[in-house]
Amino acid sequence: MEERCGFRGLGRALEFGPLTQRLALPSLLVVSCLLSILVSSASHPEIRIVNAERRIDLTSSIVRAYLTLKVENIGSSDAVEVILAFSSTQGKSISLIKASVPEGKRKKKAYIPLVVKPTASSDTTDEPYLFSISLNNPLKPGLTTVLEVLLVQTHALTPFPAEIGQSETQLVYYHDSAFILSPYHILEQTTFIKTPSKRIESYSREEPTSIGAAEIKYGPYEDRVPYSVSPIIVHFENNNPFAVVEELTRIIEISHWGSVQVTEHYRLNHGGARHKGVFSRLEYQSRGPVSGGSSFRHLLVSLPPKVHSVYYRDAIGNISSSHLRGDQLKSELEIEPRYPLFGGWKASFVIGYKLPLHDFLFESPDGRRYLNFTFGCPMRETVVDHLTIKVVLPEGSKGPSVAVPFDVKQRIETTFSYLDVGGRPTVVLEKERVVPEHSVFFQVEYGFSPISMLAEPLMLVSAFFLVFVSWAVYLHADFSIRKS
Amino acid sequence: MAASVEVQRAAALRNAFGNVLGFFILLLIGVIAFSIRLFSVIKYESVIHEFDPYFNYRVTQFLTKNGIYDFWNWFDDRTWYPLGRVIGGTVYPGLTLTAGSMWWIVNSLNIPLSVETVCVFTAPIFSANAAWATYLLTKEVKGTGAGLTAALLSATVPSYISRSVAGSYDNEAVAIFALIFTFYLYVKTLNTGSLFYATLNALSYFYMVCSWGGYTFIINLIPMHVLLCIVTGRYSPRLYIAFAPLVILGTLLAALVPVVGFNAVMTSEHFASFLVFIIINVVALVYYIKGILSPKMFKVAITLVISIGIAVCVAVGAVLVALVASSPTKGWSGRSLSLLDPTYASKYIPIIASVSEHQPPTWPSYFTDINVLAFLVPAGIIACFLPLTDSSSFVILYLVTSVYFSGVMVRLMLVLAPAACIISGIALSDCFNVLTQSLKFQNLKLFSTATASGDATSEHASGQSKTISDKQLHGEKSEEVAKEKLTKKNRKKEKEKERETTEKTPNKKQAEKRALTLPLEFSVFAVLLIVLLGGFYVIHCVWAAAEAYSAPSIVLTSQSPEGLHVFDDFREAYAWLSHNTDVDDKVASWWDYGYQTTAMANRTVIVDNNTWNNTHIATVGTAMSSPERQAWEIFHSLDVKYVLVVFGGLVGYPSDDINKFLWMVRIGGGVFPHIKEPDYLRDGQYRIDSQATPTMLNCLMYKLSYYRFVETDGKGFDRVRRTEIGKKYFKLTHFEEVFTTHHWMVRIFRLKPPRNRIRVKAKKSKPGQRSTTGNKIDTKGRQNPWH
Repeated sequence: MEERCGFRGLGRALEFGPLTQRLALPSLLVVSCLLSILVSSASHPEIRIVNAERRIDLTSSIVRAYLTLKVENIGSSDAVEVILAFSSTQGKSISLIKASVPEGKRKKKAYIPLVVKPTASSDTTDEPYLFSISLNNPLKPGLTTVLEVLLVQTHALTPFPAEIGQSETQLVYYHDSAFILSPYHILEQTTFIKTPSKRIESYSREEPTSIGAAEIKYGPYEDRVPYSVSPIIVHFENNNPFAVVEELTRIIEISHWGSVQVTEHYRLNHGGARHKGVFSRLEYQSRGPVSGGSSFRHLLVSLPPKVHSVYYRDAIGNISSSHLRGDQLKSELEIEPRYPLFGGWKASFVIGYKLPLHDFLFESPDGRRYLNFTFGCPMRETVVDHLTIKVVLPEGSKGPSVAVPFDVKQRIETTFSYLDVGGRPTVVLEKERVVPEHSVFFQVEYGFSPISMLAEPLMLVSAFFLVFVSWAVYLHADFSIRKS
Repeated sequence: MAASVEVQRAAALRNAFGNVLGFFILLLIGVIAFSIRLFSVIKYESVIHEFDPYFNYRVTQFLTKNGIYDFWNWFDDRTWYPLGRVIGGTVYPGLTLTAGSMWWIVNSLNIPLSVETVCVFTAPIFSANAAWATYLLTKEVKGTGAGLTAALLSATVPSYISRSVAGSYDNEAVAIFALIFTFYLYVKTLNTGSLFYATLNALSYFYMVCSWGGYTFIINLIPMHVLLCIVTGRYSPRLYIAFAPLVILGTLLAALVPVVGFNAVMTSEHFASFLVFIIINVVALVYYIKGILSPKMFKVAITLVISIGIAVCVAVGAVLVALVASSPTKGWSGRSLSLLDPTYASKYIPIIASVSEHQPPTWPSYFTDINVLAFLVPAGIIACFLPLTDSSSFVILYLVTSVYFSGVMVRLMLVLAPAACIISGIALSDCFNVLTQSLKFQNLKLFSTATASGDATSEHASGQSKTISDKQLHGEKSEEVAKEKLTKKNRKKEKEKERETTEKTPNKKQAEKRALTLPLEFSVFAVLLIVLLGGFYVIHCVWAAAEAYSAPSIVLTSQSPEGLHVFDDFREAYAWLSHNTDVDDKVASWWDYGYQTTAMANRTVIVDNNTWNNTHIATVGTAMSSPERQAWEIFHSLDVKYVLVVFGGLVGYPSDDINKFLWMVRIGGGVFPHIKEPDYLRDGQYRIDSQATPTMLNCLMYKLSYYRFVETDGKGFDRVRRTEIGKKYFKLTHFEEVFTTHHWMVRIFRLKPPRNRIRVKAKKSKPGQRSTTGNKIDTKGRQNPWH
């Protein structure tokens, strides 16, 4: 059975001709490694997928896939987890996987989130990435359940051609498999791929395949064995801003005097097709939307309400092109980098703002304080390759602990700011590949006694007092060497 | 007896009160001096201004990052490519070290101020210091009242504001403080004869040498004053103490500054001090001998000394003249020479003449820069002559010389400003003194029937209070303390002061008596007029600070019906360069933009505002004035990848490269004679319309500025020159446009990579290409100075 599958994948790849010829080798590798791991995956034979629907949304630079899996336990014992598999290339670009179980019907439908964990895989890079979803209620033999999975991928769209001129539109590739990669037997499956515009240059066919307005439908395919693969390529137009923040550092400073100061350092990059040749301002200004369609000028930053003292600047000063709109529920900051960003162009800047403390800092009954703040990047539809969040707690706070709903690297360091002696404990959180879906609240809890707020004013008072005292002493004392 | 004690106590209380008041007035003056310079931050932003400040800022960044030792040894390879520049040895480090240590202190207190913030606010801080220094100097010359008035005037004088608004991070901001403070210490030493102040004076002079090339003004002015004192028979040991240590210590210290080094003893700028040093020693010797010899013996000695002395002097003088004459500039630097001979620069050094701040000022600029002070100065000079003391003669000499220098270069108006403030402060305070005294007198006459003796006592009391207030040197110290616990040092001071005041009081009393005769109406009217004058001055200063001198010049704004429109093109271009070009790419532009490019874009430049190598600048000038192909070759040989031009034709920004272009031609032609200015002028007129010469229309600057410009409006109308451009449709063969800013103010072009050799050869042989590029160019070797 496995052999059939392998040859099949290879055959498909060859059939695509020159466009996908370069895929032949990777798919061969994938297939060969699949053969090797099938033995290990044989330990989950008791589950099969009755029906699978996959909707892949390619309308922005971030790829989102919604999977609806109807899982049936055909084994004899309870199933506590369901395994998801992704090919090695796909796995590297995965930013987020969320799974949930819908409960209730229609209007009362609620989604109960499930825990998703990567399973330990061996070091070889070509193996598929496996994630296990632990079910809240073990699935009894013979029963079925429905799982909703959201998969977010970054950098999954490859621009082709890789370099374009100013007035050309941006075309990208999307690679995937027509069949859902799964360690289980899938009885029936369909894949829908949604593109941002009708302009689709080419796409692979895996019958039955049909194309609608800005949507390609693969399937339904029936009765596919575990780890079936049929590589597909979609080549389409995507002029959406490929805004990639290569590095974002958010510094959240808590002052118990009444404000939270947020400073965000951005290193922005246009991650789409590289700009080639000349940039003519004349063409950009006279034929704006046509010329430079893949470039972007405006970026929208969503900030919390009641934000004030907003600034937007870079290393050489203020950037004058920004607008702040706000109401009771949210504030929006529209910023423009100093110049329009074409493919491969970079810009770096800093956004800073202040927020009222009582909106974000709360006191728990046991006297500890906790900060409730959003993780992720406040910029819309933006990928952050490397995010660092530094929460600077006030001087004198003790025992900070962090609650984040997903895996992040954590460490504690000390920062020194205005007249600090002991330094401020700083919680540092780091995460790679952050997408808008990561913008959820996280909590930092710490102990703090209000007495330490008085330390610095007292220090200043005593310093001035000492100055005056020493002055008075100088005036009253006689410092001459020889007394007259 | 008891009554006199009572009077004394009342006077002491009054003085203590006056001192506190004076202290707070000074504090407020400092606040005014600081805050009037913040208009630029409020109206624009906290950013470094203009050109030179960007270099200073970059040096400060380097200093704070790498420390002092690396700073001294810093060889900067990001400028003057491929020559580089030894920054540590060619920069006046005073400003940088000041701001660097301020930053260090602030950061060691864990106050997280950025280097930029410290740099932006250095100038306002130092102008407050300068105001206080003015107070000290004027107080030394004419008393506390004059001091406060002068400090207030100098806190807001527009000329100094122009160089020290927040963000104007330039040497002058610190140097003016150092200049005034050095003068103060000199006058202080002159008045007290204390070696302590003489040493401080030398240190302050050292700080001035560190800060600004204008220190030569000090080292020439003080000898001039010493000479003046000697000639007018005012020689005293105090003069010797004030001058001799300054020359010795000052010269030794000055030689420590790398940029000065041996210049402190080698160049002609410093000779005056040595000459006067010899003279003052001779004079001191003469006075000494005169003191120990009988008059007859003294005459014999004089004839002997004079005959030998003349012979020695002639010999030494001949050697000196020979030495000096052997150097082509007679031992003077170009800038000093252009000061002594205002026509020198325009004749020989176009690079100095091309800078607008080196031009002579116009009359209106005197009015905008020192305003009503110009009218008060004559009155102040008269006040300084009543009576003429050593210190007041120094102030007069300072004023006269600085008036001359400001007449030569606009930039030196800055040196005139403090002098004008001091003199006007003296004038104003004397006026007020006279008028209020007569008011007081009239009041007494009107409202009391007291006898003349009563008047006399009141007059006496006021006179006494004045002497005591003069006595009060340290405004901060309370009178009682000073009286009860006099240290020896203080007592000495007291004695000296007493001596001085006894010298002064008769004059003062006379003046008062004369003043008292003014009628009431006249004095009220005059006081009102003076207040009005002062009000006018304040309004003008605030206007100058807010409107005239606060623009940072890297951001331009214009008022339009829809509101403020911001032109931020320079930073747009620099940000683009810094993010989207390779770190080691070389950018060529006219030297004005060199400092900004290295500081803001962090790219290597060919020439910058330091202008130390005329040939290099001439090379860039030649490239800009050459046809495209020759220009490409010159730039290519310099490894240039990008060429940056500033173009104001679209939005009407007048100081763009096309308007500066004739200087490029002149400077280029000065070194490479095949560039001739007349080739770019039609009948002596500089024009870019259809009447322009073909050389002009084909030069690189024209082409880069106007590339595809015609397509914006169909006609190619240049809003700066107010004309349609001459050559509208043309293509670039060796350059390509890579970036143009939003308002087209900065355009960046990339050099196309060299073509295949065969193709280039084929092109060369094409005769058509040549004829359009002008026929005077024949040999390739002459085009490109680097081949």
